[in-house]
Amino acid sequence: MSRPLIEARDLRVTFEIRRPSDLPWTPPALLKAVNGVSFSLEAGQTLGIVGESGCGKSTLARALIRMLPATGQVIWEDGTDLLTLSPRQMLQYRSRIQMIFQDPLASLNPRMTVGDIIAEPLRTHRPDMSAKERKEKVRAVMERVGLLPNQVNRYPHEFSGGQCQRIGIARALVVEPKLLICDEPVSALDVSIQAQVVGLLEELRRELGLTIIFIAHDLSVVKHLSDDVMVLYLGRMMEKASSDDLFADPRHPYTQALLSAVPIPDPKVERNKTVIPLEGDLPSPMAPPKGCVFRTRCPKAQAICETVPETEMLGTHATACHFAAAPVEA
Amino acid sequence: MALLDVKNLSVQFDTPEGNIHAVNGVSFALEQGETLGIVGESGSGKSQLNFALLGLLARNGRTSGQAIFEGQDLLSMSERDLNRIRANRIAMVFQDPMTSLNPYMRISEQMAEVLMLHKGLSKRAAIAESVDMLDAVKIPDAKNRVRLYPHEFSGGMRQRVMIAMSLLCRPDILIADEPTTALDVTVQAQIMELLAELQREFDMATILITHDLGVVAGFCERAIVMYGGRIMEEAPVDPLFESPSHPYTRGLLDAIPRVDEDQDALRAIPGNPPNMTGLPQGCPFAPRCESVMETCWSTAPELVNFAPDRTRACFRPVEEIVA
Repeated sequence: MSRPLIEARDLRVTFEIRRPSDLPWTPPALLKAVNGVSFSLEAGQTLGIVGESGCGKSTLARALIRMLPATGQVIWEDGTDLLTLSPRQMLQYRSRIQMIFQDPLASLNPRMTVGDIIAEPLRTHRPDMSAKERKEKVRAVMERVGLLPNQVNRYPHEFSGGQCQRIGIARALVVEPKLLICDEPVSALDVSIQAQVVGLLEELRRELGLTIIFIAHDLSVVKHLSDDVMVLYLGRMMEKASSDDLFADPRHPYTQALLSAVPIPDPKVERNKTVIPLEGDLPSPMAPPKGCVFRTRCPKAQAICETVPETEMLGTHATACHFAAAPVEA
Repeated sequence: MALLDVKNLSVQFDTPEGNIHAVNGVSFALEQGETLGIVGESGSGKSQLNFALLGLLARNGRTSGQAIFEGQDLLSMSERDLNRIRANRIAMVFQDPMTSLNPYMRISEQMAEVLMLHKGLSKRAAIAESVDMLDAVKIPDAKNRVRLYPHEFSGGMRQRVMIAMSLLCRPDILIADEPTTALDVTVQAQIMELLAELQREFDMATILITHDLGVVAGFCERAIVMYGGRIMEEAPVDPLFESPSHPYTRGLLDAIPRVDEDQDALRAIPGNPPNMTGLPQGCPFAPRCESVMETCWSTAPELVNFAPDRTRACFRPVEEIVA
């Protein structure tokens, strides 16, 4: 059996936080933004990562491509652990993993033309390419993402949000990556434009065989795009399952609460649904609860939750909850 | 008589790039105790419409038309008269609670200010009433937390403070401009539930401005769909979602992914959002409309009543849109 395209094992990202009141010898406080997350992703599959602000989903993505220092292992399909590579060695993997970002305008250099923006990764990763080839390549990729090739000399501010996101996608695809990491790519866009970009990503996945990690807080978009979905809360994985399983039969109380809170554009359904209330606020990530990090807000919390739950497996459905095995009432 | 009667309201901005027609001839009525949703995407004019009602437009903004509240026209009122109505009779909750609260003032000061100004209360009485209102929006330990600064609250709690502040004078109308857009979905659910509770308790008419049709479905009795500064369609929410009568509303509903259903592919609305400096002469949606006809390019359709409580602005016959 072939290896998964990318596999993360016990990935951790810890930030040292120094407060103004600290003395020079006070040890810094530790913020564990990602706390022991593991997953594997087969080539051609899409993994959705969901969670609310502060759950560590963007940090996780940045750690995978070493934009942030992390511990644990990130194994590429050829067996290399990306976290052990020198910056120089990492460079060749960077062209295989590309990323698109949330704010389409802010992630494009305002002083570069669209053509230069899209060509820049080629200059870095394919220095041997001639200017003519490069131009041809940029032209092709622009057409592929639905931009007009005659817009090549325009600047980002001349485009709408949806078009800027297309530019970002073109920039990522120009080096023909295997893995595309999308960090909230549609959350800044209007609904009608969001559907265009989601549709484009689906097409690209089908035609180019792309593997995608899709990070979003919008569960409905994730459901639509993903094969597998992982739910994060305070840097830990709560639940991971195939998209169908997770949405049909959420087993973790957090996933259940999250799903129940999503507004549904149908008055009859929306008025009659029950939202599972979550008590209180998100705890500070500097001092997460001991044991299960969700227990302070969990409607099912018991004394046992003060110990860290094992991840229960039910087929491929992983749930980090002491009560995951018990049947879930509707 | 309606509580608020907006007639042919238009908003224009003079900019170096030319005139921007942000709102074009919008008319609607708001009844006592009613929940009205105004839905639209960026550039639809939904926020400017409400800023215009409260005299909150940027300096280069100009309005025309009328907005009658208790026999008086809000649009032609002096600043002084408007100050007696704003926050007092018509209150507003804004999208971003961090930028709408004053970061230098304790919550107690900001809230008491409202009551001292409009109700002439003493500071002590004003603070006591503020605490009661913070209790009403379910802020735990309100008595002590009223002394905190805005940054000491989480996003959801800050929005609760905003809501408490807007309700201090028991307004007749509450305008909530994207009140949950900056919040996480579980917090959004809490805030919308709170708003619904308070709306019933205080029996205030509420205008909810949002881009999220899901939120409208849960909260509103009636909704107006706007595009390019014009009303495309207005209807009670049930028929609006069940049998949208305008190609834009239909397109929007088809474009939303849903967690509760399996869909094959989303049907995006082609094209780009309207460029407000160069709106087409006719229907603003014409360039993106799949049912566009020859006349749509030259004339903008009027809002027409086609069924009880339902109006639409489209030249295509209803039967061709409602499948």
